[in-house]
Amino acid sequence: MELDLLTVCYLLGSITFIVGLKMLSNPATARKGNLIAAGGMTLAIFGTIFLYKDDSGLNLQNFSWIFGAIIIGSVIGVLAAKKIKMTAMPEMVSMFNGMGGACAALISIVEFDHLSKNSLTDNQGTLMIIMLGCIIGTISFAGSMIAWGKLNGSIKDFSFKGQHFFNITLSLIILSLATYLALYETSISTIIFYCIFILAVLYGVFFVLPIGGADMPVVISLLNSFTGVAAACGGFLYDNKVMLTGGILVGAAGTLLTILMCKAMNRSLLNVLIGSFGGNVKNSNGEQTQSGQYKEISLSDAAVIMSYANKVIIVPGYGLAVAQAQHTCHELEKILTEKGVDVKYAIHPVAGRMPGHMNVLLAEADVSYDKLKEMEEANEEFSSTDVVLILGANDVVNPAAKTDTASPIYGMPILDVELAKNVIVNKRSMKPGYAGIENDLFYSKKTSMLFGDAKKVLQNLIAEIKSL
Amino acid sequence: MDTILTWITSNQQIIYIVVLMIFVGIEVIGHVPSVLHTPLMSGANAIHGVVIIGAIIVMGKAESENILALILGFLAVVLGTLNVVGGFVVTDRMLEMFKKKK
Repeated sequence: MELDLLTVCYLLGSITFIVGLKMLSNPATARKGNLIAAGGMTLAIFGTIFLYKDDSGLNLQNFSWIFGAIIIGSVIGVLAAKKIKMTAMPEMVSMFNGMGGACAALISIVEFDHLSKNSLTDNQGTLMIIMLGCIIGTISFAGSMIAWGKLNGSIKDFSFKGQHFFNITLSLIILSLATYLALYETSISTIIFYCIFILAVLYGVFFVLPIGGADMPVVISLLNSFTGVAAACGGFLYDNKVMLTGGILVGAAGTLLTILMCKAMNRSLLNVLIGSFGGNVKNSNGEQTQSGQYKEISLSDAAVIMSYANKVIIVPGYGLAVAQAQHTCHELEKILTEKGVDVKYAIHPVAGRMPGHMNVLLAEADVSYDKLKEMEEANEEFSSTDVVLILGANDVVNPAAKTDTASPIYGMPILDVELAKNVIVNKRSMKPGYAGIENDLFYSKKTSMLFGDAKKVLQNLIAEIKSL
Repeated sequence: MDTILTWITSNQQIIYIVVLMIFVGIEVIGHVPSVLHTPLMSGANAIHGVVIIGAIIVMGKAESENILALILGFLAVVLGTLNVVGGFVVTDRMLEMFKKKK
């Protein structure tokens, strides 16, 4: 009877995952959806602890260990998730994803140890699933850690000649070792298994290392779906339906989400993975290093043209996030609005380091939701706009995406800020953006530059406007 | 060939689940606005934390003399909990900011 109750728990868990994901894809219901999925997860976890029986009908033991681990994990998890700055969210997601991958890999290691005490080749199916879970989980873990390091700046882009060849060779070695292990049982089977584990770590590292930092969201999303598949392997292993549904669900949804993200940047997944963004850009762009004349604008001039404008559109980018200038930005918006200026924000789908990054950031500063215009909407409004203020955005306003077929970002939809009467660009320096390409917009006649840290510049700008 | 067929037959229930879940997963998030990409990814991230159930089973079945299983199982439960709890809390924090202003 108890086991049947567990089946119901798992069934409810699976349903909440599906409903939760569905609700998460609509702004109005998203928060509730997250809570529903969390509820289903809690049910499934405690159901497992108290009701699970193994094949011989024994209940689980080691309660103190289990609860100890859960308490430690919860405390660290809640603290980390609550303390983390809004700008560092992407890293955090990557970190948690890595933890899930590591968890799946550890399960596989323990189960392999169990299995090797019996006979490996008698249980080929199980062995293969264990290896799959181990390989995918490990790649996801190692990859996520690198992605985490890249996002917080402690790991730099790194690629060497023959990187792709190296990666392909590495994956082939892993596959052939796994096949060998499944087919032949020898005295060194255990050693081979650990070799596979270590190679998978290496593969995860070298898989993510060459990919440019700007593409990390896509990579994290991909690794996210990897972990989903690794979790599903666990579902196979224990014939556990909730792990299976949850894992596959995330695997499929994560893959689609990855593709959607790539589409938002108008690039193919392959293109992202091969990493042509990071390394090869300099060659393809070599000829057009024409550094034309750009003009600077003084704070007081900027203050004047903004406060006497009818309509100002602010284009936020990663620079805003780095400078933590979202509150100051909101303040500027309020002051301009008081002066009768119509202020809006134009949000490019991939502005910042993650899709939706800017929305989250501005929402944190209490910017009202209907001031945020998505790209299509914003593009219709630029021609009637007096001043566009670009805060630390670069590639998403680069006209090369429209005009220069040789440019690596060619074809990416951009914000047509050039349609506005004036463009003021706030950047820290003339250094190119994350994609490493020049931006002709900065040399346009309409454009004037306002150098400096976004927060400081905005504070000074506000002071200037107040004193007008 | 025969082995593959037997494998499919004996695991057909699971295979059905896998195939259906792939379609459900794709269908369910098919129309997500790009604003929600990050929270959705984070939410999905928390959901695959369901792998913790496997870790709990490993831990719960470990005999007290099997040090490897105990240590790795313990670590796995800690990491799995981090994934689940951290994932849901981070997602909630992100979504908190989308709530309607009064």
